[in-house]
Amino acid sequence: MANSNQPLIFEQSKTGRTAYSLSALDVPAQPTETLIASDYIRRKKPELPEVSELQLVRHYMALSRRNFGVDNGFYPLGSCTMKYNPKVNEVLARLDGLTHIHPYQDPQSVQGALELLYRLQTNLEEITGMDAMTLQPAAGAHGEWTGLMTIRAFHEANHDSKRTKVIIPDTAHGTNPASASVAGFETVTVKSNANGLVDLDDLRRVADETTAALMLTNPNTLGLFETHIQEIAEIIHAAGGKVYYDGANMNAIMGVTRPGDMGYDVVHLNLHKTFTGPHGGGGPGSGPVGVKKELAAFLPKPLIIQKEDGSYGLDYNRPQSIGRVKSYYGNFAINVRAYAYIRTMGGKGLNQVSKDAVLNANYLLKRLSGAFDTPFKQLCKHEFVLSGSRQKALGVRTLDMAKRLLDFGYYPPTIYFPLLVDEAMMIEPTETESKETLDAFADHLLEIAREAESNPEIVQEAPHQTVIKRLDETRAARHPILRYRKNDREQQ
Amino acid sequence: MGEFRYLPVTETDRQEMLQAIGITSEEELFSDVPSGIRFKGELSVEKALSEPELIRLFQEMAKKNATTTEYPSFLGAGVYDHYIPSVVDSVLSRGEFYTAYTPYQAEVSQGELQAIFEFQTLICELTGMDVANSSMYDGSTALAEAALLSAGTTRKNKILIAESVHPEYREVVQTYAHGRHLELVTIPSANGVVDLQALRQLVDSDTACVVVQYPNFYGQIEPLKEIEALVHGCGKAHFIVSSNPLALGLLTPPGDFHADIVTGDCQPLGISSSFGGPHCGYFAVTEKLVRKVPGRLVGQTVDEEGQRGYVLTLQAREQHIRRDKATSNICSNQALNALASAVAMTAFGKAGITELADQNLQKAHYAAEKLKNSGARLVTEGAFFNEFVIDCGASVPDVNRKLLEKGFIGGCDLGRFNPERKGQMLVAVTEMRTKEDIDQFAEALEEIIHG
Repeated sequence: MANSNQPLIFEQSKTGRTAYSLSALDVPAQPTETLIASDYIRRKKPELPEVSELQLVRHYMALSRRNFGVDNGFYPLGSCTMKYNPKVNEVLARLDGLTHIHPYQDPQSVQGALELLYRLQTNLEEITGMDAMTLQPAAGAHGEWTGLMTIRAFHEANHDSKRTKVIIPDTAHGTNPASASVAGFETVTVKSNANGLVDLDDLRRVADETTAALMLTNPNTLGLFETHIQEIAEIIHAAGGKVYYDGANMNAIMGVTRPGDMGYDVVHLNLHKTFTGPHGGGGPGSGPVGVKKELAAFLPKPLIIQKEDGSYGLDYNRPQSIGRVKSYYGNFAINVRAYAYIRTMGGKGLNQVSKDAVLNANYLLKRLSGAFDTPFKQLCKHEFVLSGSRQKALGVRTLDMAKRLLDFGYYPPTIYFPLLVDEAMMIEPTETESKETLDAFADHLLEIAREAESNPEIVQEAPHQTVIKRLDETRAARHPILRYRKNDREQQ
Repeated sequence: MGEFRYLPVTETDRQEMLQAIGITSEEELFSDVPSGIRFKGELSVEKALSEPELIRLFQEMAKKNATTTEYPSFLGAGVYDHYIPSVVDSVLSRGEFYTAYTPYQAEVSQGELQAIFEFQTLICELTGMDVANSSMYDGSTALAEAALLSAGTTRKNKILIAESVHPEYREVVQTYAHGRHLELVTIPSANGVVDLQALRQLVDSDTACVVVQYPNFYGQIEPLKEIEALVHGCGKAHFIVSSNPLALGLLTPPGDFHADIVTGDCQPLGISSSFGGPHCGYFAVTEKLVRKVPGRLVGQTVDEEGQRGYVLTLQAREQHIRRDKATSNICSNQALNALASAVAMTAFGKAGITELADQNLQKAHYAAEKLKNSGARLVTEGAFFNEFVIDCGASVPDVNRKLLEKGFIGGCDLGRFNPERKGQMLVAVTEMRTKEDIDQFAEALEEIIHG
């Protein structure tokens, strides 16, 4: 990475430069004042930068060199499934016939787009074992909320108004309780046992006539398979609740088992994780929601349907629907990429993906388990959690080791999550990494563990090789500077 | 061997790795999955295709769609056909940007963080607000989150939303409001804008916020000045404005009218229509509300050596820390599309954004005059930006089918949202439509209406 400060684009601005090209106005121009009342005509122009096209290109190329993606190197960020994003998907998503189409065109004039979405949702139903699917939610968290609203509508339709609580394991990602709250539910926590799995006795204790749903991913947030999932589902169903599958960890189980067969009633998927829609630096994603038959009537509208004559359409006539969760039909261009991926892999390929993801994770766990504490002893699924407690005793924190990994050219694992594990380091290699990559990463992380013993300063003071050193986050939060202002520059 | 090009583990690797793990078969890796729930056989998804076959399949599906490249389009209603500078896709195609995730590790994510910091600044400049976040899913969810923020902050339960707000945005706000047990009340329109008399009756001490769109769904300029006086004249209610950011190149920004929250969708600035998504919501507030903002915020700071750098900040608002007490459940944002929009805004610059907005204004007014003279009744009476409403005196879906035969994508059928507006078409005219397109469209429409 280039080691120099890249000025803000605003600091490169000079009056009179442009980087656009519009045709001259070819209709008679009327004075703006005759078209819009003077109070509503902008007096002071917005301070957008004035740069040439080449300046713009060099600026963003400089920024790109100061960024790290899967294309740059190994990115074992746990629970995020940072797998390879196929190039062909990018080509397909940019086809003119899939890019320049408007959501309000006559459905007859966008049959190809509707067909693609219909095929995608049919494939996703098969992969998850669900009966109906909506592609409208824009991301995983959005899918969670959509799924919970669907469950709420189901209970409301049954006049079951006491069901105000959602049960969530103590290991769960923070999004789960936040989504439950936005969907109008209270959150109840269920404990994990010593093996990192849901404590069945505690679940029996908290499940009752106020339970609307249990949210649980499987494999769970620790990367462990909830072996008693059928019993868990039975406990919730017996209490009258629904079981919600957080699809964040779908990459571990494709063709191995399906949420629908495990006893789940509602599923959301993260197409930007398991199904290779790129992460984009933090979105756009896509978070389809699948449900069992009895919940189908409550899904958002419209749904994409195939009509009797074989053509495709949008079904708005859904009186029990929770309504819309987003304008139009979801993040189409991300859904296009997911469909391309499914068609590249097929049923056998998707299963191999999960097998290899789990193989890679267990292999890497094995290679690292001598030097780090491993809180759980069983086989993991697609990811695993290490504890940095042994290194902490030497004065080296997990944060330090993460920063040291940057020096070796890796994006660090997810750290300090799950909260349950002291100095947690959550590693998800994914199936698209080779054994050589895993070995090299393991060698480096083991070296860091040795450094923690022999030369802790080098770890504590890391990173040493990046364009910038550790940043002062406290200062950022105490005195927020969230935008550039022209006069600040003059003051500095 | 070599069947799947994304999977590098070879048979030899597999054997070595299984041996290292201490098991003998791949099957053992899943010994914790009870047999009763094991999936038997192969998933019956559609069959795998080679890369050339895949490209052919997608090209065939793409061909079945009528595109706005091929047909001059007069369809808008929230999604517009605009000029996207070529530099936008060139930047988006950089793997360093699109294959990265949320910039948790700031030291290797300065590029993304700085780009978002610039995006936040650009949005503040356009909207006239103090603070903007790193983006939201789209304009509709950004608006819904704004309403929830108001309800949470003011501790009031009533959301007033103008009938002249995009109907799908209103539906999304309704869904979110139901989630939080909030009441949503619609403010009627008079002559295509907020009915001020009605608003005066509706706004009271239970009001959390008043939500309007500017320019509104029908293209008209809402009287923000008068609306603001009514909103802030009564209790703690917030004034929320959903705005097309392109229009703000020309219109007085909502911040100047003392809006508390301004949201909208950046699609008109550098993002293709893509059948409705992904687009990119933006979310801007006054200084006072900065610690209530949903989603990611990027802040400027310094490193250990005093060098300027950027980090995700004020994270105490967010779900991964606050869990059920978070201001929102949103995790990621729409980063790549925010980047697209930032590149487009930078390419246009100060002069370009104004010229672009002006061309939209001028061409739409030329088209309105032209269509009026071609026999369609102009429904819009007040000032408008790049959209206006005509009455076709016939079924709009029928008219649009005939227009497509003549080579045009017609405007939006307002009857789909409101039966009282059957026969009315919302016509959008952007800088992409030439005088010739407009003249021929007017001719085609005249033939259809009077044919």
